[in-house]
Amino acid sequence: MTDTTETPAGASAAISDYRKQEESITLSSSPATDAPDTELLTINMGPHHPSTHGVLRLILTLEAEVVRDVKPIIGYVHTGIEKTAEQKAYWKVIPVIERMDYVSYYFNAMAYCGAVEKLLDIEVPARAQYLRVIHLELNRIVSHLIWLGTSAIDLGAISVWWYCFRERETILDLFEMSSGQRIHTRYFQVGGVIEDVPRGWVERVRRFTKTMRTRADQYAALLDKNEIVLQRLRHTGVLDADTLLDLGVTGPLLRAAGNPWDLRKAAPYSSYDHFAFRIPVGATGDNYDRYRVRHAEIYESCDIIDQALDGLPEGPFITEDRKVALPPRHELATSMEALIHHFKLVTEGFRVPPGEIYYPIESPRGELGCFVRSDGSSKPARVHMRDPSFHNLQMTAPATRGSYIADLVATLAMIDPILGGVDR
Amino acid sequence: MEVTRDKLHGDGAAVPTAAAGGGDDLGFRVRQLRARDMLRGDIPDDELQAYVEERVLTTTLDKALAWARGNSMFPATFGLACCAIEMMSLPAARLDSARFGSEAFRASPRQADLLILSGRVSIKMAPVIRRIYDQMLEPRWAIAMGACCSSMGVFNNYAIVPADKFMPIDVHVPGCPPRPEALMHGVLKLRSRIQGDAPDGWRERYDAVGTEEVVGDADLPGVNAINVFQSGETQGA
Repeated sequence: MTDTTETPAGASAAISDYRKQEESITLSSSPATDAPDTELLTINMGPHHPSTHGVLRLILTLEAEVVRDVKPIIGYVHTGIEKTAEQKAYWKVIPVIERMDYVSYYFNAMAYCGAVEKLLDIEVPARAQYLRVIHLELNRIVSHLIWLGTSAIDLGAISVWWYCFRERETILDLFEMSSGQRIHTRYFQVGGVIEDVPRGWVERVRRFTKTMRTRADQYAALLDKNEIVLQRLRHTGVLDADTLLDLGVTGPLLRAAGNPWDLRKAAPYSSYDHFAFRIPVGATGDNYDRYRVRHAEIYESCDIIDQALDGLPEGPFITEDRKVALPPRHELATSMEALIHHFKLVTEGFRVPPGEIYYPIESPRGELGCFVRSDGSSKPARVHMRDPSFHNLQMTAPATRGSYIADLVATLAMIDPILGGVDR
Repeated sequence: MEVTRDKLHGDGAAVPTAAAGGGDDLGFRVRQLRARDMLRGDIPDDELQAYVEERVLTTTLDKALAWARGNSMFPATFGLACCAIEMMSLPAARLDSARFGSEAFRASPRQADLLILSGRVSIKMAPVIRRIYDQMLEPRWAIAMGACCSSMGVFNNYAIVPADKFMPIDVHVPGCPPRPEALMHGVLKLRSRIQGDAPDGWRERYDAVGTEEVVGDADLPGVNAINVFQSGETQGA
């Protein structure tokens, strides 16, 4: 793309030297051969940078405006969550684990609770599984909304952000209704969910999914054929599916390259096999496909939520196993046994048979796995999370080498790393 | 209502004021005429000097500055962790911090005058934050949002450091994470502090000034660095 600006007639005499120099710059992708331009420049980007989606630090090696090498440096929000988890009883680990990937908190809790349930070998009631699915998919929409809004800001469009956060507030109201908190709800419990949803919640979710689809249509109308979005996203940051698999990249990034790998289909958990939904895939694996895949996932999430609401079974919302789940409040006044169970659970927690487990789920960013090793005590011997953000960050350098620094910002926005999950 | 010029140049007692029974309208008219005289240069030097010193510079301009500063805080675009997501709700449609002039998040610390520490501060991040804070121009303020950067919160482990250890904090907002409303409350508290009409603390409200408990030798003269705990003693352990 060569840029030769036309100067208005009669104004040429007034053109300053600076102006001439400015107009002589061509925006071709091959760097000029003059000595000053071929000089490599190493600059620091982050950890405080508005477009790095958190405290990611990048050491860039630039040749003029072209990125020659990227080195991500992480660890700026290292919180010691995995170590802290070893010092707490199993059920007290959940709040700490939730704060790991702080945009998709229900998924962190789901991976951890699922792993512990596997170790305990307990059955989660059907109603709890469905409620989990509804909350997970609502959370997926929240995560994609935050991604869409912030990425649009990185591309220079702030209006999308206002709309996305409007819908996000609606979902957070639903979370607040069911659990009392907006984010980090601690709604998922080992063996089920902590409380049944209140009256009127189901209707409100139904109303939300109905409006969410039209709102997603509006985002598409704003962005899909937007000239700036097309220029910034199409054919930038391209990586094919095999390279992504080699790097361990999963989730929408892998699906945008055409590989329909989705753990909800490949290894269904929490009764995801009861629902009919499609997996959006891309064709070329560029940034535009990544945008389209995530955008299409919002519709599929709405479909799953609607099906789960339609088929929401009656019954208990948490396992009846009193050794694991707290007894109902009213039993404490009448039953000595319930009181003893309550006391043991609150003071010591439940013990988990020795063993180790890896429990993967599909988070909004890819495969979120939780590894738990138990030594038979009431505290986990090791908790490790395979966080998709960490693995997805591996593609930063291969996807951006040789591109403009502006494309690096766009690619980083479409990778959607959550640094809380990367550093833990 | 008749106001003659003679009344103005008399001594202070001769000036009719609202308190002296002149009524609000009359007092206002007097001030108006005095201001007009001042603009013309009709007021004698010494009186003008006193007028300017008393009213314009020390009172009015300072208050105007504080009013303007409190109503146009530019927060830095600076997110750390979970709280940053809730911080982003602050300028969003529901809370709309533009009502209080603090919606314009500035990416450069040199353009910002409010640093909202939104999230957990790791030991690796602390020097970076300190540098960002140092790069901000005076006057500058800092809000510690959430439990982590106030007191290390739920984590309380080797990796996290509370913000008070390495930089001055003006307002702490509790919560994990605080609701956007809570952060808005913190911003408004900071605004009232900037504007100089901060509400009294509970000790002033309940006549309890002087009941503060001081641990150890904190008030010994000549001690610059105060450590209220004995060496080896850790808080809450």
